[in-house]
Amino acid sequence: MAGIEARFRLDWDGFTLDVDLTLPGRGVTAIFGPSGSGKTTLLRCIAGLERAPQGLLTVNDEVWQSADRWLPTHKRPLGYVFQEASLFPHLTVLGNLRYGMKRSTGTQQVSLDQTIELLGIRPLLNRKPDLLSGGERQRVSIARALAVNPSLLLMDEPLAALDLKRKQEILPYLERLHDELKIPVLYVTHSPDEVARLADDIVAMEGGRVMANGPLAQTLARLDLPIRLGEDVGAVVDATVGMIDEPWHLARVDFPGGSLWTQDHGFPIGRKIRVRVLARDVSLAREPLGDTSIQNVLRGRVDAIAADEHPALTLVRVRVGDALLVARLTKRAAAGLDVALGKDVWVQVKTVALLD
Amino acid sequence: MPLSSGDLQAIWLTVRLASVVTIILLLIGTPIAWWLARTRTWWKGPVAAVVGLPLVLPPSVLGFYLLLAMGPNGPVGHLTQLLGIASLPFTFWGLVVASVFYSLPFMVQPLQTAFEAVGDRPLEVAAALRASPLDAFFTVAVPLALPGFLAASTLTFAHTVGEFGVVLMIGGNLPGVTRVASVQIYDHVQALEYTQAHELAAVMLAFSFCVLLALYTWRSGPKKGA
Repeated sequence: MAGIEARFRLDWDGFTLDVDLTLPGRGVTAIFGPSGSGKTTLLRCIAGLERAPQGLLTVNDEVWQSADRWLPTHKRPLGYVFQEASLFPHLTVLGNLRYGMKRSTGTQQVSLDQTIELLGIRPLLNRKPDLLSGGERQRVSIARALAVNPSLLLMDEPLAALDLKRKQEILPYLERLHDELKIPVLYVTHSPDEVARLADDIVAMEGGRVMANGPLAQTLARLDLPIRLGEDVGAVVDATVGMIDEPWHLARVDFPGGSLWTQDHGFPIGRKIRVRVLARDVSLAREPLGDTSIQNVLRGRVDAIAADEHPALTLVRVRVGDALLVARLTKRAAAGLDVALGKDVWVQVKTVALLD
Repeated sequence: MPLSSGDLQAIWLTVRLASVVTIILLLIGTPIAWWLARTRTWWKGPVAAVVGLPLVLPPSVLGFYLLLAMGPNGPVGHLTQLLGIASLPFTFWGLVVASVFYSLPFMVQPLQTAFEAVGDRPLEVAAALRASPLDAFFTVAVPLALPGFLAASTLTFAHTVGEFGVVLMIGGNLPGVTRVASVQIYDHVQALEYTQAHELAAVMLAFSFCVLLALYTWRSGPKKGA
């Protein structure tokens, strides 16, 4: 079975990592959680940089760690992107890229040329790392990890050390990577925005344990989850651009069983796209409202109800066609509406964020 | 007045001794420094203390113990006799062995600091790029610690040149064999040849100043990091 099976238990002073995971063999899996939740430690265990004594790790049917087998890091066919770019300062950009390439085995799936193109680093090749900006360095470090022809790419908060501007500069490259790479990517982050933009699957961690694990849309829409998203609680919906309303600069994105209007960002019709709907931007009504500024009114059925972090609030999940949306209401409003499981409601969505 | 042939012989011997000791210490000191920089065992403390002993011991104490060890009844002496090598004291190679011990901390400590400054991350990066530990040592750790290697070698060389007490204990005062520059100056002074002593002393002073000047100027120069 293609995929990753990981079982680790580590006991350190004041911290225990205890995970038992099965991860998909393709796509981007976000390992999400607050700092100190064990995300990076999990990644380091997978890379062999940390050794959990009784660990078990299988990647695409190949045993990397078991009771009687331990593959040291340099024998594991992986690429690792550290939080700080950690380029070798004594080598040029090209020297950094070649360092791993020279030592890698197997047929190169993506040529060095393609990797350089994909990350837009051609003009940097002959420079020393200390002459690059933070964003450029991180792009080079991603290219360097890809140049070793890995069968698994591990990324440890690659954007965390960058300011917002640099993040915006690098995210499009990561999205291209997501679309073009065939290997699985494990992406550690504490940013809900990065999760929503990049992930296909999510592992939510807290206190060294896995709180939830599964496909992104379903997992984010789970209400019992202690994923501490705060203001960022919401749902993602994978959709297709279905119609452009040029005079009004709006685009309609369709998903099985419904559609949403959003600002037109120039994506062509037919383009697959991901949208994010925050719970605070969703309200519910018993009857369709007559005159309203809200453009997106959908018919759905209450699917789950759960307490929110604040005692005044409640989270209500509504199924609209194939999509799951989450609404944040006050408990008083929910009581007034008589919200109950299985009940049909009108869902009003104020803001839809395009993520691609 | 030019230096006498005896002075030149002493200087040449000193340079030869310091060069040989520096090369040997690069080979011995590097693994010790690497181990000290990376180990987490409790052995680190005792080993570091032994390596650092020559910093505080009087050279006569060190020389005395080395003389006993290398003498016909000492453990090293037994070994050299078994191997059919004549005894080491009062020979050039005896001086080399003694100087290796005496200058050990001057090689190990700067190197250890340099290796510690490199840190774990570059080596983890190298491992994730398929480099074996030995490969990573030579292609990442050594280039990154290069300033440390230069500093350690310079200090070791200069310190060996400045040796006196251990040389007297182990080597004695044999022209062309163990009579290094510092001993030659001592001889001049004993013989009340102050002019000759002045000349040689001035050479030593100039040499030492230039070495330290080069070391500190270069160290405090612009430093680049990525």
